[in-house]
Amino acid sequence: MTPSQPIISLQQVSKSFGKTGAVSPYVAVDRLDLQVGRGQMLALLGKTGCGKSTIFNMIAGLTEPSSGHVTVDGRNPFRDFDSFRGKIAIVFQGDRLLPWRTAVQNVELGLEMLDVPAEKRRATAMQWLSTLGLRGHEHDYPHALSGGMRQRVSIARAFATDASILLCDEPFSALDEMTAQRLRDEFLRLVRESAKTALFITHSINEALEVGERIMVLHRPARIAFEAKVPPPASVAERAELRTVLNRKGVEG
Amino acid sequence: MTMSQAQLASPSPGSAGRGGALGRRAVTYVLPFVVVAGIWQIASLFFPPFLFPSLVDVFKRCVVILSSWSQFSDVLATVGRILAGLAGAFLLGTGLAVAMARSRASNEFLSPILTLFQGIPALSWVVFAIIWFHGIEPRIFFIMVMTTLPAFAFQVLGALQGMSRDLTEMVMSFRPTRFKLFRVMIIPAILPDIVTAWKVNLGNASRVVVVAELVGATGGVGYELLQQQQVFDMAGALAWTLQLVLFVLIAQAILTLIERIIFRYRAVSERTL
Repeated sequence: MTPSQPIISLQQVSKSFGKTGAVSPYVAVDRLDLQVGRGQMLALLGKTGCGKSTIFNMIAGLTEPSSGHVTVDGRNPFRDFDSFRGKIAIVFQGDRLLPWRTAVQNVELGLEMLDVPAEKRRATAMQWLSTLGLRGHEHDYPHALSGGMRQRVSIARAFATDASILLCDEPFSALDEMTAQRLRDEFLRLVRESAKTALFITHSINEALEVGERIMVLHRPARIAFEAKVPPPASVAERAELRTVLNRKGVEG
Repeated sequence: MTMSQAQLASPSPGSAGRGGALGRRAVTYVLPFVVVAGIWQIASLFFPPFLFPSLVDVFKRCVVILSSWSQFSDVLATVGRILAGLAGAFLLGTGLAVAMARSRASNEFLSPILTLFQGIPALSWVVFAIIWFHGIEPRIFFIMVMTTLPAFAFQVLGALQGMSRDLTEMVMSFRPTRFKLFRVMIIPAILPDIVTAWKVNLGNASRVVVVAELVGATGGVGYELLQQQQVFDMAGALAWTLQLVLFVLIAQAILTLIERIIFRYRAVSERTL
């Protein structure tokens, strides 16, 4: 897969925020160029506060860039917001489950927006919960689930709509390493099986090496400092070498 | 193990323990009323009936009110006015709150006006209503709406502004229609505050309606209280007041029941505030 036909494209994208009391605005993203090819898994790596989530929100269509062009599948995700219904799914940093909905109702959320009939909706949601090892917890409210289980529900919610683009904003950063590793493996298996285009934001080099076919290192304010391809399958030595390079580029290891 | 499993696995108190706890709660709830009633009854032994009538007399008057349609219809009229006024204020207040939440200009324009309304005493609204309106019902409806509107508007506005940004963004990421956004996110998120607003305003409305009826009505609890005052009938005044108190208690109990049902998703900590 080559990035010659990018499904996600950012051209000279900048985003500034007006800060209260500040003379000049805060620049979160500075003239960023970024392309993600169809079916590609890109890991965006950067320190906390380097503008990763702002990039994420612009691609998701939740924020408009101050300048430059963001296109997803050839359209502007902010202006053509509704046309992306069911096409982009997001796994957020926190689980962001609606506390008034049970696990299965949370998974059904995206399908409700797509007007999927109730029976089919329920069957799909139940199947995804089962796939992610949550059989028996379908009717539990979020407060009754552990952090790992809640994040599984949020992954199930993202996969249930079968969107072709998956955006993940540090989805496992709030979990303990063992749970995170288990979930990451499951997540990667599901993404690869469904051949989705995935953009994975992380601040962990190890995680980026694990999930990304390409890794882009961001410096503050968000601009590409370094880009690397992870050869499939990368050997232990190759990964170690790449880890060293990424560390040298100023990212926390 | 999930929390629900943990709760199931933990030893639960026996039915005797639960019964005891329920009994203690009932005693805690009833005791203050018993003490006040006892003090009143003792006072009735030492003071004339027009000051402190016996609770037996008051009870008899209550029975008369509840069993006579001509009198009970006055209670229903008052209840209807409270509910109509609250419903009107809620709908109008919600509309204003939504406008204020959506536009800063609306907020800056409407907020001082509502604050001004909040500062106007209920009795002033009664006077304005008598001057501005002819019919009794429009007058009372106007008074009820104007006295409870600011509280509803500010409470709904607070609820809208306090909605979780993270959850709203999450729902927005699925590109909902406006109707679906309201149904799946906004209404469930602000419902707890709306129920609280109703509980608070119910008490306020029951006080205001009496003032409104006292001055400008020919029926209802307020009007009947005025009649009792003119003949110095304390037992009657107390019996009519108790009708309103009873209504508020029933309405609060219904709201609490609704809260328990629709907010069952809330986690309950073993350590409470």
